[in-house]
Amino acid sequence: MSLAIKDDEVDIVIGALRSDLTTFMNEWRPMFSRFHVIIVKDPDLKEELKIPEGFNLDVYGKPDIDQVVGSSTSILFSGYSCRYFGYLVSRKKYIISVDDDCLPARDPKGFLVDAVAQHISNLTNPATPFFFNTLYDPYAEGADFVRGYPFSLRGGVKCALSCGLWLNLADHDAPTQALKARQRNSRYVDAVMTVPARSLIPISGINIAFEREAVGPALVPALRLAGEGKCRWETMEDIWSGLCVKIVCDHLGLGVKTGLPYIWRTDRGDPIASLKKEWEGVKLMEEVIPFFQSVRLPREA
Amino acid sequence: MAEPATATQAAAPAVPQLKDELDIVIPTIRNLDFLEMWRPFFQPYHLIIVQDGDPSKTIKVPDGFDYELYNRNDINRILGPKASCISFKDSACRCFGYMVSKKKYIFTIDDDCFVAKDPSGKAINALEQHIKNLLSPSTPFFFNTLYDPFRDCADFVRGYPFSLREGVPTVVSHGLWLNIPDYDAPTQLVKPLERNTRFVDAVLTIPKGTLFPMCGMNLAFDRELIGPAMYFGLMGDGQPIGRYDDMWAGWCTKVICDHLGLGVKTGLPYIYHSKASNPFVNLRKEYKGIFWQEEIIPFFQQTVLPKDCTTVQKCYIELAKQVKEKLSKVDPYFDKLAEAMVTWIEAWDELNPTGSSVTNGKAK
Repeated sequence: MSLAIKDDEVDIVIGALRSDLTTFMNEWRPMFSRFHVIIVKDPDLKEELKIPEGFNLDVYGKPDIDQVVGSSTSILFSGYSCRYFGYLVSRKKYIISVDDDCLPARDPKGFLVDAVAQHISNLTNPATPFFFNTLYDPYAEGADFVRGYPFSLRGGVKCALSCGLWLNLADHDAPTQALKARQRNSRYVDAVMTVPARSLIPISGINIAFEREAVGPALVPALRLAGEGKCRWETMEDIWSGLCVKIVCDHLGLGVKTGLPYIWRTDRGDPIASLKKEWEGVKLMEEVIPFFQSVRLPREA
Repeated sequence: MAEPATATQAAAPAVPQLKDELDIVIPTIRNLDFLEMWRPFFQPYHLIIVQDGDPSKTIKVPDGFDYELYNRNDINRILGPKASCISFKDSACRCFGYMVSKKKYIFTIDDDCFVAKDPSGKAINALEQHIKNLLSPSTPFFFNTLYDPFRDCADFVRGYPFSLREGVPTVVSHGLWLNIPDYDAPTQLVKPLERNTRFVDAVLTIPKGTLFPMCGMNLAFDRELIGPAMYFGLMGDGQPIGRYDDMWAGWCTKVICDHLGLGVKTGLPYIYHSKASNPFVNLRKEYKGIFWQEEIIPFFQQTVLPKDCTTVQKCYIELAKQVKEKLSKVDPYFDKLAEAMVTWIEAWDELNPTGSSVTNGKAK
């Protein structure tokens, strides 16, 4: 039994790292037009944003960020982290966020994937983190729980986070992308699944949706790499906040899903140049992971 | 609408991998006609057929296959009193095949499972995919959002710790089914027409600490590294429960794999499951299991194996001890099951003497 999400409960948050959003917004128009959109301009971006007409939107820039959090804290929101400002100021229950270099993907039959609708479906249907269902999402059309799945666990728990995937340029780190320069992800895996409780997962911020009321505060761009740059390979902020969210969800009995929807991610940047900057993040992960694997939150939290 | 493949002839691999290191174990009660369809993929391999039911019936094996066949009389003869641990009148008897095999790997398949087609229409060589799964590492300590990073054209995603990228040995490859899905009786009764037509092009490692329902219809495993854990329990004739054989083996196996740092994969390959069993018959078999499951799952979730359990057999004996201690109060059946688990290990070690003292895993 799924909840019904009303259109006015959703905010679509886009972090704008480049000024010309015309193609981006037009390609996403069929999926975005029903919803309120928040666009946060990277405070370091000098040019004016170009946004096509016909959307219900609010745009925030450096002056707004400075006003709300003060100019010393506003550094937190530069680069890819600018979208977190959107999460902060949103007043809606659900947020869906995609990077500004991503376009709608096509499924194997050639149909455009409505990533927004799929994220909403993921968030409205329960998650099943306590036991793995081998047919993946039991609430999907034509699927169900398999033999041996305990009945008491079939009600599931609320899904607080939905992590989508990427066709074309997958979210690999710089060393991997540099090594496999021509590799592109063309494998469309037609599944949504719940990430089991106590499993950690690298949550990519490129294509996500979440219930702001449930986990919003945990999604803070706390981890900034010293040389964090304007390419995805040079960021770890989403991975960090993703680990925090997963721990919080496990503690609170909330679910995290991964899989559909896919978006189409376009090429940008040079992974080899990014390697120099990301290296610090890679080393940091090695130390950070054991911490997350063993952290236990007190009952009162 | 899912359909089985018809043109499997062209699809056989030039060099069948592991052909001298893998046995195919098939439990059967009627006939093995389904092997005709699998011939191009299976013929190079040795088959172990475990005949369930009336031993006086003759099971006809299609020509050209190299096989050994065991019926109930053979099982009694080979195991003597220990034969009591092998189920009668239930496909759970297949685990006898695991015990008598001398190979490193086992692939087991039901006799109503046929070759499936992938979305492009190509026949799927399920055995080949299982072998790929077993021969590449698993990644149970951190979830990779792009699924199996060792597949062609896949890799680890950004944020995946480098120190965990080597993975651990894969000891179980759990395949799936198109057409008739593996549902329990209640679900079958409510959705008699549902068919699985979704081809999910993924293999993934089941994370450490997570249990899953292991189906024995399309399963492969490393007999050397995890074989003794694959006991399919006491089911069928004279037993209060059925259709929980593979489930039981799966929960024991997963707990032991987590303890020893071994990996379990699920996903591809698909087979085409053609027969829907009678849901009313199934309901009778599963009935107690549906209630017992609620106690069994927390038991497995909370079970801790001591550090000195460094072999699968030691882990399994310890599990049997805990089953007796903690599950007997649910039903006296678990007392019998715990004893049968010990008998199974004794029988396994008797039939496989050289392997028993080798540490086949590292306790984590």
